[in-house]
Amino acid sequence: MRTKASPSDLFFTLTGALVLLFIIAPLLGMFLKTTPSTLFETASETEVRQSIWLTIWTSLAATLFFSVTAIPFAYLLARKNFPFKGLVTGIIDLPVVIPHSAAGIALLGFVSRDSVLGQMGSAIGLNFIGHPAGIAIAMAFVSIPYLINTARDGFAGVPERLEKAALTLGASPGRVFFTISLPLAWRNILSGLILMFARGMSEFGAVVIIAYHPMITPVLIYERFGAFGLKYARPVSVLFILISLALFILFRWMAKPKSNEKS
Amino acid sequence: MLSLCAISKKFPGFELKEVSFTVEDGDYFILLGESGAGKSMVLETIAGLVLPDSGSILLDGREITREKIQRRGIGLVFQDHAVFPHMTVRGNLQYALKALPRVQENTAEAAEKMAERLSIISLLERKPATLSGGELQRVALARTLIQKPGILLLDEPLASVDHQLKSELRALLRQIHKEGQTILHVTHDFEEAISLGSRVAVINNGMIVQEGTTHEVFEHPRSNFVAGFAGIKNFFRVTLSVKNGKTKARTGPVEIELITEENETEGFIIIRAEDLVLSREPVDTSMVNHFQGTIQRIVPSRSGCEVTLDAGILFTALVTSTSADQLGLREGNSVWVHFKATAVKYFCL
Repeated sequence: MRTKASPSDLFFTLTGALVLLFIIAPLLGMFLKTTPSTLFETASETEVRQSIWLTIWTSLAATLFFSVTAIPFAYLLARKNFPFKGLVTGIIDLPVVIPHSAAGIALLGFVSRDSVLGQMGSAIGLNFIGHPAGIAIAMAFVSIPYLINTARDGFAGVPERLEKAALTLGASPGRVFFTISLPLAWRNILSGLILMFARGMSEFGAVVIIAYHPMITPVLIYERFGAFGLKYARPVSVLFILISLALFILFRWMAKPKSNEKS
Repeated sequence: MLSLCAISKKFPGFELKEVSFTVEDGDYFILLGESGAGKSMVLETIAGLVLPDSGSILLDGREITREKIQRRGIGLVFQDHAVFPHMTVRGNLQYALKALPRVQENTAEAAEKMAERLSIISLLERKPATLSGGELQRVALARTLIQKPGILLLDEPLASVDHQLKSELRALLRQIHKEGQTILHVTHDFEEAISLGSRVAVINNGMIVQEGTTHEVFEHPRSNFVAGFAGIKNFFRVTLSVKNGKTKARTGPVEIELITEENETEGFIIIRAEDLVLSREPVDTSMVNHFQGTIQRIVPSRSGCEVTLDAGILFTALVTSTSADQLGLREGNSVWVHFKATAVKYFCL
């Protein structure tokens, strides 16, 4: 039996619809103003294709490289109490709250040739400024909180009893981590990796200061908008959004529990 | 043999105070206490999950107080089973085998042998989410037993199972014990202690308040706490026999008729004080147990009077003050006590 919607239900539905419209309307407008032929033309441009490929692989590399340290760190945060833990948790969230152009300036000092890291890079012939490695660092800086926080929640959700049981069954702490904690928190970790990757791909502010060239797609969009105007920036934006969405859906599908896993 | 010598440990708001007891080889040792008494903490300390502030733990003469968890040779089955949900039952069993320093036999074969022993062979390829509480308990037991632990620690293994399953699991635990496994079993349920234990230690507020054989502890509680906690008034060691199709339990000069499906002849019976009916004269009722005795003492209690009478053995009946007045019950009076066969609860040894 259908119940009559109350005024409060109507209010919440209306506010929800407005928010959805606010998100969808600009994107839809942009898509409607871009013809398939323009989109095809843009996709065939070498500069655009190289830029999209650069964006994808640098973000992926940043995510995978930093996950090696971020995941064990998330486990530590979920399981152990230590002095100044609240402060540490706050520091992790810093990249989310500071302006990303400011983050770029901070990183510039950190990876420039005068810095320790910059000098170490120079020793092996690597200059982070204007290099994909620098882009990956900038992307990782702004996106790593997403991985750490999601993975920490995942580890916190694994019952400690299971880890204790594994220890009493003779497993070493390392084996417990890799065979119990990690597989059971895996879905959260995968979500964190996807979020970090997606956030890295969309970064502009920090990257543009470290490396204007080679151009990742958000920088390319900005450059085309500044040099040629909206008409030229729009097709690249649409193409980049479509590719990002496709990747996002693919990763989500991969992370989805299979029917036999659910049981 | 497992010995705990003056184990102490402080936690925020709780402490274990000089906990000492010894579990001999082949014992079925029960650690009995209310929720929050410190039972599970004692188990976790023995297993090495918690390190004590002072005191020592010895297993077969070897000091293991600060030994690594993995090297203690102790098996612990958690109350909530802690079966790994992302592995099949076979995966769970093999996980325990792979952790052994030297795997003596083929792991697949060993897992199947253990599964056969605990009647879970048909469940080997199943995931824990598809198993019932009883099946999970068997898997958890199998996973621990497969390592052939020196002592098996059980944390409230029957706490969250229904009545039918409880008796099945009790039978299984008895079987495991009979096969030579030393067991330390933690529970808040005195019936479990009577039904399974050969020795009992009662823990209260982080301290062991009494230790002894099951019979000693329940027949001669050394403190009000133990007596009150056990809540047992009519508790007798008996030998069963069947006469003319009726099951009788003999204790001292008295034979009590009861109904039980147990086959073992040695055990204990309990009759709740509330189930005993008193009369001054013999009466004709549907009850089958009638004994004449002399009132030894009448003690006022919260719900009336506790009347203890000697009828060859000491029975304690709980009656209201009004009934006691109406019957004119006085110490030294001769009275009859009556109860049903179904009021007698039997626990085999």
